[in-house]
Amino acid sequence: MASVTVKHLWKEYDDQVVLENLTLHVADREFVTIIGASGCGKTTFLRLLLGVEQPTRGQLLIDGQPVPPEPGPDRGIVFQRYSLFPHLSVMDNLMLGLEFSGSRWLGKLLGAKRRAAKEKAESLLEAIGLQAARDKFPSQLSGGMQQRLSIAQSVICEPKILLLDEPFGALDPGITADMHEIILRLWQANRMTIFMITHDLKESFQLGTRLLVFDKRRNDPHAPERYGATVTYDIPLNRKKQTAPVPDLAPLLAARRA
Amino acid sequence: MTRLVNLQPSRGGALALGALPFLLLFVAYLFGSAARLADNPDDKLLPAPSAFVETLRTYAAEEDRRSGEVLWWLDTGASLKRLLIALSISATLGILGGLAIGAIPYIRSFMGPFVAALAMIPPLAILPILFIVLGLGEVAKIALIVFGVAPCIIRDVSLRATELPKEQLVKAQTLGASSWLLSTRVILPQLWPKLIDALRLTLGSAWLFLIAAEAIASTEGLGYRIFLVRRYMAMDVILPYVVWITLLAYTMDWLLKTARARLFPWAEAR
Repeated sequence: MASVTVKHLWKEYDDQVVLENLTLHVADREFVTIIGASGCGKTTFLRLLLGVEQPTRGQLLIDGQPVPPEPGPDRGIVFQRYSLFPHLSVMDNLMLGLEFSGSRWLGKLLGAKRRAAKEKAESLLEAIGLQAARDKFPSQLSGGMQQRLSIAQSVICEPKILLLDEPFGALDPGITADMHEIILRLWQANRMTIFMITHDLKESFQLGTRLLVFDKRRNDPHAPERYGATVTYDIPLNRKKQTAPVPDLAPLLAARRA
Repeated sequence: MTRLVNLQPSRGGALALGALPFLLLFVAYLFGSAARLADNPDDKLLPAPSAFVETLRTYAAEEDRRSGEVLWWLDTGASLKRLLIALSISATLGILGGLAIGAIPYIRSFMGPFVAALAMIPPLAILPILFIVLGLGEVAKIALIVFGVAPCIIRDVSLRATELPKEQLVKAQTLGASSWLLSTRVILPQLWPKLIDALRLTLGSAWLFLIAAEAIASTEGLGYRIFLVRRYMAMDVILPYVVWITLLAYTMDWLLKTARARLFPWAEAR
């Protein structure tokens, strides 16, 4: 279970307002895609959920409890890059979460525990199609393989919430289709609530069960920092969107241009 | 036409080019030595190569008449022992201090400025203090090297620790890492190759402090020998010793470089 409730949330840095009076409820197992112009608080919202930033005012609740003020294993994250550990092989990267939780002082599993963890990692490795690369270091992988591994690395800890910050932004357009399939499969198999920031409108409609558009309602051209962004469009999407046709984007694009 | 920046020497070509300056220096020496010896057969400044062979024989193959020791190996052993002990201590301080300062903000605020100030004290300026406090024995010499090298290594390693991408540290926390596991499983393993880099860079100053300490108070050691025979203007001893020191330092550097590539293949530049 992981529902997210946002009540009159404000985030300000000194006199710069980033998020303004955000109110929202996201149900358990929702796949929320987030789009919006650069610098309109999408990443800040994700960082608030992650716990590396605290709200200035208002409430941010997961299952009715305030978000802890630091990152934890209940909330997984995949960044655009740098979320793998360069000194560990693919297999070790994948098992790291299990080793952290299974061995508090050594951070390494031994014997039967290790075999169990390896088995679990093995099935995930197969799901992301990286069996052949198990002993390679992250720097030897392509960008798409790195992101698949990074997603699986988070999923293995069975987080209630998975946060994706433009995970496919740096990838070749050709391989995003594979990535979509993998993320949808992992989402369905692991009972997670997903928040995913993307710059790709088509992707945001295809993947999510709900689309949030972050934008500023008001804008003062002389003082752009005066007003913050909030959710200007909240669009429920077809739950079977993998097979459904992509909705017509034109009205939304027009609205965003206005 | 191919640009100069795009022209790569072949493997053999690179080797030959690298050897060329050494060869030129050697040839220049031969000419200089021959010219001076032609003027004055007793010239001591640029001895003939035959003099070096003679020195090598008496120093490296014969026992000293007074001490009964083979001086060359006695000096080499004494110097290397001091250097290796000092470098081991410095590396241990460097990795522990660097990790603690780099990983924990409170320790960074507490020790960072202090270590930075320590690194700014010219080690030779406190050499008298070391001799007064620690005596003229081995401890003072090792302490001088550690004092000269360790603060730099700590600073360098801690800087590398703070340069790790924030994303990585956040990610590790979302995988359930405590401060301890974050330090030991994520940060520390990535600092080892940086420690080797730091050691390689401080190797030169470590030798400098070793020679300085030995020159001032010692009864054996490579630096001691050079400064001892200086009184007799014995260039036929000084020059081979300098070449030998260079060779030792170069070998240590190469060993560290090779160890880094072997032990941490993931950290090699691609």
